[in-house]
Amino acid sequence: MLAYYFRLAARSIRANWLVSTLMILAVGVGIGACMTIVTVNYLMGKDPIPAKSAQLFAVQLDSWSPDEPANDDGSPPDQLTYMDAAALLQAAAAPRQVAMMQTAFVLQPDDAQTRPFPLTGRAASADFFSMFDVPFLYGQPWSADTEASGQQVAVLTRESNEKIFGGIDSVGRTIRLSGRVFTVVGVLDTWRPMPRYYDVTNSPFGEPEEVMVPFQLHRALQLPRRGNTNCWQPVGDEDADAIYRSECVFTQFWVELPTTEARQAYAAFLDGYVEAQKAAGRFARPLNNRLSDVNQWLKDQKVVDENARMMLGVAVMFLVVCLLNTIGLLLAKFVGKAPEIGLRRALGASRSTLFAQYLVESVTVGALGGLLGLLLTWFGLLGVEMLFGNLVRGLVRLDGVMVGTALLLAIFASVLAGLYPTWRACSVQPAAQLKSQ
Amino acid sequence: MEFGPILRSLARNKTGAVLIALQIAFTMTVVVNAYFIIGDRQARMQRPSGVAEETLFHLGSAGYTTNYDAVGSLAQDLQLLRSTPGVVDAVAVNQIPLDSSGWSSGAKTAPGNEHQSVPTAMYMGDHRTVATFGLKLVAGRDFTEADVRDRVPNMRGWPDKLMVTQALAAQLWPDEAPQAVLGRSVYIGDEAPATVIAVIEKLQAPWSGWSQVEQSVLVPEKLLWPSVNYMVRTEPGQRDALMPLVEEALATSNTQRIVSAPESMDDTRKRSYALDAGVSRILTVVMVLLVAITALGVIGLVSFSVRRRVKQIGTRRALGATRADIRRYFLLENFIITSVGLVMGAALTVGFNMWTVSALGFPKIDLAYVAGGMLLLWVVGLLAALGPAQRACAIAPAVATRTV
Repeated sequence: MLAYYFRLAARSIRANWLVSTLMILAVGVGIGACMTIVTVNYLMGKDPIPAKSAQLFAVQLDSWSPDEPANDDGSPPDQLTYMDAAALLQAAAAPRQVAMMQTAFVLQPDDAQTRPFPLTGRAASADFFSMFDVPFLYGQPWSADTEASGQQVAVLTRESNEKIFGGIDSVGRTIRLSGRVFTVVGVLDTWRPMPRYYDVTNSPFGEPEEVMVPFQLHRALQLPRRGNTNCWQPVGDEDADAIYRSECVFTQFWVELPTTEARQAYAAFLDGYVEAQKAAGRFARPLNNRLSDVNQWLKDQKVVDENARMMLGVAVMFLVVCLLNTIGLLLAKFVGKAPEIGLRRALGASRSTLFAQYLVESVTVGALGGLLGLLLTWFGLLGVEMLFGNLVRGLVRLDGVMVGTALLLAIFASVLAGLYPTWRACSVQPAAQLKSQ
Repeated sequence: MEFGPILRSLARNKTGAVLIALQIAFTMTVVVNAYFIIGDRQARMQRPSGVAEETLFHLGSAGYTTNYDAVGSLAQDLQLLRSTPGVVDAVAVNQIPLDSSGWSSGAKTAPGNEHQSVPTAMYMGDHRTVATFGLKLVAGRDFTEADVRDRVPNMRGWPDKLMVTQALAAQLWPDEAPQAVLGRSVYIGDEAPATVIAVIEKLQAPWSGWSQVEQSVLVPEKLLWPSVNYMVRTEPGQRDALMPLVEEALATSNTQRIVSAPESMDDTRKRSYALDAGVSRILTVVMVLLVAITALGVIGLVSFSVRRRVKQIGTRRALGATRADIRRYFLLENFIITSVGLVMGAALTVGFNMWTVSALGFPKIDLAYVAGGMLLLWVVGLLAALGPAQRACAIAPAVATRTV
């Protein structure tokens, strides 16, 4: 029966090809525009680490100026001072914690022919890899002992290992970075958290840094600072180490707290830490510590750009217009069929049979529109990537969830659009139609 | 005019009318808001940066060796740049307008925490910066070589002279003429005060999205850092050819550092406003598509209402209505529906704008845009209805008699 309805639908679509094409186009364009924007929003705001996002917390301490808050809404600064991050790391009050900041290196190739080239870098303490579920292709993270001993070790990403070593297992090899020799202890497998939640202060949609080194080397070797640095008072002394003793914030700190009790205990520990610092003359502002889990953090830091949110509003209205359009066109089309429907009703077809038949036609139109919409979404995302270039590189891709959503949305929308016209068509009085034949 | 019959007939067959009205309302909301946002972005993108963009490019030099000779490298690089044929001048600066990274600080007219500071971008460069950038001074004099001090890494404090932009001066000393602020003291971040020796007409900060983008300070400093930016001014028309040559010359002259790819100020501007430009383009496409779709929808629904009334039209024609009467009926009916849609649309437009204002911090819409949008959609609605109305008046009176 269903197959027969499909044949009827195909025949009807062919018979009214102009109206049908218009309907498919309207659904397709609506879905395409809407899904393009929804996909961009979805990728910007989606949970980057679903398995652990409720257990990983960004730490904020209000170390800011006594005279004004760090942000207009009264929230504490988004990063920590080096002193505080190092002290919290030292205290190790959570099962796992990581202190980190951005840096940069210049790789000096062994052969003199190749020019040195820059690499992005991150100094992070050893728990980084286990906390954020970072996959390794070769080797493993450095150990806490290695970190404490101050050895110059490095972890490369799959991409930088490709660039430097041509993709071989480079564990144990040495590289010369900005005039110092580092030993490679590990190479990451493909890892592209999106958004880059562990550091949204510095390029939330960027790629992970190409070289990772132990946190404490940053100060020991006085590596360059590359991320955002904010100060509410001058650094103080004029030596190169002064910034590490200053009130400037440039360090991120995350903790892993698996249970609510652990969370409460850590919050209490932070309060205690700040109270102790207050006693020592720092932290002049009221107690204002924050522990935000991954999704809260992305929300607080407004990772989804306001332009994207505006576009989402526009896209939804766009889809509404396209659907209203489809309803109108279906209405027009089914009205033309009133005589045919009247005849069939008179010959004994039940309302539900006719309803099913015309719904199949609506769904077919919707599915075709959905497929067209998917194609247009794909083009739309290419267009977005072309327009915004580096701002969204790697951000725009269609994943299974989005493809499914688009198709479902298209069918749901066209069924919705088809229901009323179908119902209208089926409530035709057979007598009225037959009379005028 | 047959307002009465039209309204009574609409009341009996609401569906088509409601569909058109809703489409028009949503279309108007999107089109007017999109047009307004595009206008706002275009205005932002057209703000001048204050520098002679068409003859400027910049590139970075980052020394990476542990014993890098910043002093020698700077002198050598500037010598090389300034002696390159086609180069007018070159300076080493800490940041580039619109380049998206740089220094900011707070400026105030009196020391102490009780005074509110005004945020400002901090430009550092030697006495040739004003000429190289192509800045215009509205008051005061340019820096001289004697004003310039050396700035070594990790140094704190500021030189005793500086320049402010007009916008910053207006924040620090409201209602004072540029001439009047010369000689005044400025405190940058609780350091010793500096004297204003000139007011710059315009010099934008590195962050185009910053609300205080016009507020900048220029201090006379020679940057003895391993990492600096070179801003290079070329003869008109020679910039694009010079960029790769200069990059190669710098890269080979000193291998203790890496030279970043040169970028023209035009490209820096494009990069800085990429998001605004992209948003504008997407919204333009959306506007065009939406108006087209709505026009098609109106055509479809008016055709639908014509088809349903073939017999009635025939009857009216048989009873003496002219073709013009029929056409006028459908156009008037469409006009009424469109108007209802546009009234709803006006409310929805303002509502959407209010949401963007409160939730996203966008600017408030000017009601002239709403009026303009209504006018546009009235015209679109009428034009779209014209075709089906034309077909309606082609219906022969004989149709009325055919099936009775």
